[in-house]
Amino acid sequence: MSDAVIKPPHGSPSAPLVTKQRTLAADVWRQFRQHRGGVVGAIVFLTIVFLVIFGPYLHGINPAALDVRSRNLGISFAHPMGTDNLGRDMFAQVLAGGRTSLSVGITAMMLSLLLGTTIGVVAGYFKRLDGPLMRLTDLFLALPLLPLLLVIIMLFRDVLRARFGPETGIFLLIVFVIGITSWMQTARIVRGAVLSVKEQEFVLAAKSIGTRERRIVTRHILPNVLSPIMVSATLGIATAIITESALSFLGLGFPSDFPTWGRLLYDGVNFMTINPSRVIWPGLAISLTVLSINYVGDGLRDALDPRIRGR
Amino acid sequence: MLNYTLRRLMFAVPTLLVISFIIFALLDLAPNDPTGNLPLTIPPEVREQIRQTLGLGEPFHIRYLYWLNQFFINEPLNIIERIFGIEIGNSSERLRIRSWATRSPVVDLIIERMPQTLWVVGMSYVVGILIAIPVGIISAYKQYSWFDQIGTFVSMVGFSVPTFFTGVVLIVIFSVQLQWFPSIYDTTLKVTDWSSFWAQVRQMVLPVTVLALYNAAQLSRFVRASMLDNLNQDYVRTARAKGMKERVVLLIHVLRNSLIPVVTVIALGIPTIFSGAIITEQIFRVNGLGQLLIIAIQGADIPLVQTLTFIFAVLIVLFNLIADLVYGILDPRIRYE
Repeated sequence: MSDAVIKPPHGSPSAPLVTKQRTLAADVWRQFRQHRGGVVGAIVFLTIVFLVIFGPYLHGINPAALDVRSRNLGISFAHPMGTDNLGRDMFAQVLAGGRTSLSVGITAMMLSLLLGTTIGVVAGYFKRLDGPLMRLTDLFLALPLLPLLLVIIMLFRDVLRARFGPETGIFLLIVFVIGITSWMQTARIVRGAVLSVKEQEFVLAAKSIGTRERRIVTRHILPNVLSPIMVSATLGIATAIITESALSFLGLGFPSDFPTWGRLLYDGVNFMTINPSRVIWPGLAISLTVLSINYVGDGLRDALDPRIRGR
Repeated sequence: MLNYTLRRLMFAVPTLLVISFIIFALLDLAPNDPTGNLPLTIPPEVREQIRQTLGLGEPFHIRYLYWLNQFFINEPLNIIERIFGIEIGNSSERLRIRSWATRSPVVDLIIERMPQTLWVVGMSYVVGILIAIPVGIISAYKQYSWFDQIGTFVSMVGFSVPTFFTGVVLIVIFSVQLQWFPSIYDTTLKVTDWSSFWAQVRQMVLPVTVLALYNAAQLSRFVRASMLDNLNQDYVRTARAKGMKERVVLLIHVLRNSLIPVVTVIALGIPTIFSGAIITEQIFRVNGLGQLLIIAIQGADIPLVQTLTFIFAVLIVLFNLIADLVYGILDPRIRYE
């Protein structure tokens, strides 16, 4: 495995055959490239991210700029996705909405990942805390999440708005509620992985030379359970984006002057008979993003699975 | 088995109590005033009286106990009375959970809304299962065929595209452009003859399709994976070697074994369907439980929200239990001790 230099077979001429050293990351990358869906998904997702970040600079129309003379326009060169009932450019709005939607998705995923990994590692590693933490996870899994999310947002929206301003307040609230209600799957998977890694010899070896527990966890356990964490991170972005859009779609997410894809869709529903493109574009953006992320997650799962990678 | 069931039930009770406490506390400690929406001309002392009649005068733990008493003792008694037509104790004096907005008992509101949700959501779940099982079987049997490839892609799309987008797209295509189906679910419609039955079917098509596709997308993956696990087992080779017809091998030997995990997944999915249906009900204006919850949330009708959310929680705990038990009954290899 670690032989970088393979001895030449008998009788072959001179110089030893030098093979390139293989790293884990390169192996994973090679396997990931085999997964067609994963590659296409990654390209689509990166394109969306690129467009959302740099699009507003290339397409220089202010998403909030009203132009009453050009209302409900169709697709044109100036307005690639048409305009809405107040003459705002849809493309600019979708780009701006994407920034919020994606940043909500990524931030909420990171929060839920942090919670899930911490709880999973602690539950898996420290036997005393396993029982209580897993009961807590079961309890959270038994909560009706969507109703609770709606309730929490309804109750705390105004307080947070008053304290942090309308945009930051609702952003923090939504990221927070999505984060604390979606860590359970990660925690369960990580706990399972930690339980199996913990019993292996290198952990025993680390313990026997007197490594501190915190260092064992960060240095020996965490890197070995990274693959399930990475997969659930990818899928976590998708779920967070869907949840945020669902909340906005029910009218309990972001306000309409601060658009997200879900909010644009919600606002578009009232105009769907006049101007169906108003619901199609944001909906398509959500669906495409989530679909591509799910494919990336699929590819990543295959690429990180050592049983499949060997083949 | 009985022992295990009892133990699980014993564990379900504290779980539900904790959940009920979380829900109650969350709604109660939140900065919210039920009299906040009333006109400003109401003098403060009247306002205080209104708060008293809403039951807000008592301290928190007393109100929580009252609510528990109403939810677990009074309301079930009322339902028993209604079903058997008998009177237990002094039923007119019994305290009921009342909605702040309509002043009618919450349970009555829920019973009013139940049939619509059960019809639409239940039907969509059944349709979803009926689509998912054959698709899963064929996908697994002909693995990597074009059918499997397309099936995999469609199911990936199916659970990536959120229901609020599929619903809206279906409305745009089938009720705005083609005008085949109505986009709004009319609850006042009574099925009396063929034409009204037909109208009922037509208005159910779109919401049922949306939810059924979403469910089928997830379930068919499970059926496929589970079929694939079983197709490589030794007993399949034995059955073939005995000279059984391929049909019998597939549909009797393999399918029956493959459906065991699928049944539990179906059972686990039932409660999530109720909360997932909130969105679909909102799109198609089905006035079921989900819409009731949204109205209650928007109107800050705390007792209604508490009760509905808690009912959803009860459903989740209940179906978790059912799924575990069914798994134990169907699979003799599972022993709960």
